Amino acid sequence: MSALDIHAAPRRGLPWSRVIGSVLLLMVAALAALGSLVVPGDPFAQSLAKALSGPEPAAPLGYDHLGRSIYHRLVHALRLSPLIALAAVATAGAAGLILGSLAAARGGWIDRALVMLADALLALPGLLLVLIVLAMMPGTAVGFWAGLSLVLWVEFFRLTRAATRETLASPAVQASRLLGFGPAYVFRIHVWPEIAPMMLTAAAFGTATAIMAIAALGFVYVGMRAPAPELGLMMVELLPYWREAPMALLSPVIATFVLLLGLTLLAGSREQ
Amino acid sequence: MTALAARLVQAAMVAVLIGIATFVMMRSLPGDAAWRIAAGRYGYDNVDAAAADAVRAELGLGGPVLPALLQWFGDLLRLDFGNSLVTGQPVMEEIAHQLGASVSLALVAVVLSLLIGPPLGILAGLRPGGVLDRALLVVSTGLKAVPQFLMALVLIVVIAVQMRWLPAAGHGELRHFVLPALTLALGLAAVNARIARDAMARIAGMPFWSFAQWKGLSERQVLFRHGLRNISVPLLTYLGLQFVTLVEGVIIVESIFGWPGIGHALVHAIFSRDVPMVQGTALVLGLGFVLVNAAIDFAVRRIDPRQAT
Repeated sequence: MSALDIHAAPRRGLPWSRVIGSVLLLMVAALAALGSLVVPGDPFAQSLAKALSGPEPAAPLGYDHLGRSIYHRLVHALRLSPLIALAAVATAGAAGLILGSLAAARGGWIDRALVMLADALLALPGLLLVLIVLAMMPGTAVGFWAGLSLVLWVEFFRLTRAATRETLASPAVQASRLLGFGPAYVFRIHVWPEIAPMMLTAAAFGTATAIMAIAALGFVYVGMRAPAPELGLMMVELLPYWREAPMALLSPVIATFVLLLGLTLLAGSREQ
Repeated sequence: MTALAARLVQAAMVAVLIGIATFVMMRSLPGDAAWRIAAGRYGYDNVDAAAADAVRAELGLGGPVLPALLQWFGDLLRLDFGNSLVTGQPVMEEIAHQLGASVSLALVAVVLSLLIGPPLGILAGLRPGGVLDRALLVVSTGLKAVPQFLMALVLIVVIAVQMRWLPAAGHGELRHFVLPALTLALGLAAVNARIARDAMARIAGMPFWSFAQWKGLSERQVLFRHGLRNISVPLLTYLGLQFVTLVEGVIIVESIFGWPGIGHALVHAIFSRDVPMVQGTALVLGLGFVLVNAAIDFAVRRIDPRQAT
């Protein structure tokens, strides 16, 4: 992979795809941030008399099988998993960046050991690692954060290491070093501009992967526990009632799809 | 040879990593593992302190850490995975029983995805920028944003519940394969098609392609003699990397459709703290990845001998 390919990769998607992706994400973020200000309400308050009834001003998307406002549950769900995902991506990105540039700069046995660890993690399904960490950690949200960070750092590590190795071997870096600049300067001026655009793509993909994992495990009842409002959990709870209240099931489905589509479009194309 | 050695190192690392992870899991699980395991064996209503103590004594759950870790790795080296803590059967027997169901599901899904994705991708790649190409881009981008469990949900609601064409869950008959395999295949095909399209477009722009057309070969001959072999290299490499995604999909899809495979078993094992089962299944999945990728390295080398030099 030459430096040119790395630059070309994010730009290959259609130019408008990133704009659409950002707009979709902004819409979801606005709903999550301002939703409960526009229509105040409680995601846990039950009124069983209204179970599965249709929309009304206090609950714009109707009620679920326990008479809880779907709108407010959705607003809270759209805060929960993206926040866990972003925290995991931030941790994984920092770890990948530090370890990746360390491996590229030092080489030798540090490099070999880290690459071996990354390769071994790559051979294990991410969901398996997340499940194992979830079983060990006391809290579900903390467990997801730790498990997803453990899974996601490998991608950041590999990207950083590959790009940093190449940049460090370039004549520009040699010149900088000969002029007596230290590693911090070389990283800031030469390495970071090379890897920054790739980091955005990797971060968007990582966030999408994390949100998918949280929702998928919620959907098979091994992730977040009821009554927490979570996208996958909401879907599986509402699935038996979908004939009586199709809109109730469709709301979390559409929200999840829009969120993931936005992230996919923002990421652009990763395949070479 | 160096590639083979690298794969061997990777396999060894996978085994060590899983060994450590499952050992730590055994030691650090919140709650009393003995109670959990006793509950898994006898049912939650029949557990008392005597049953838990019996389990603790039988499995040696107390005691110092270091000898236990050494013994743990010793067992791993001798390929002695022990017995399932819940059913009492040897882990290897349980896994052999479940692996067949999972492998057949995964194979059907991969074949199905190869029948859907690459042909469309090749057609699109032959006319980059055409109607099919643009439609395929939109559809595959949309499909990529649909997680497997959501795809399963849509297929169950539309095809199984609404139309009543196919059963929503079950195992044993041919018609039970359709929905779970289709769920996995559509996700794989969305990316397969893009890989095939990009490879096709790249190859169709190369001088040897124009030369083949110029010397009078028909479209068909050009594609079959000069196209397919070149496209299969990125496609195969991608399939190897997708193995992990496939396994993740299998874990989710099996849980949703009630498929008695290894993914289903893994989820149950993790939640009933059946650590030997977790270790056995994780090891089979991890080593499976290494094996599949080693085979693909080899196949790619046979298809494209230039890479060997």
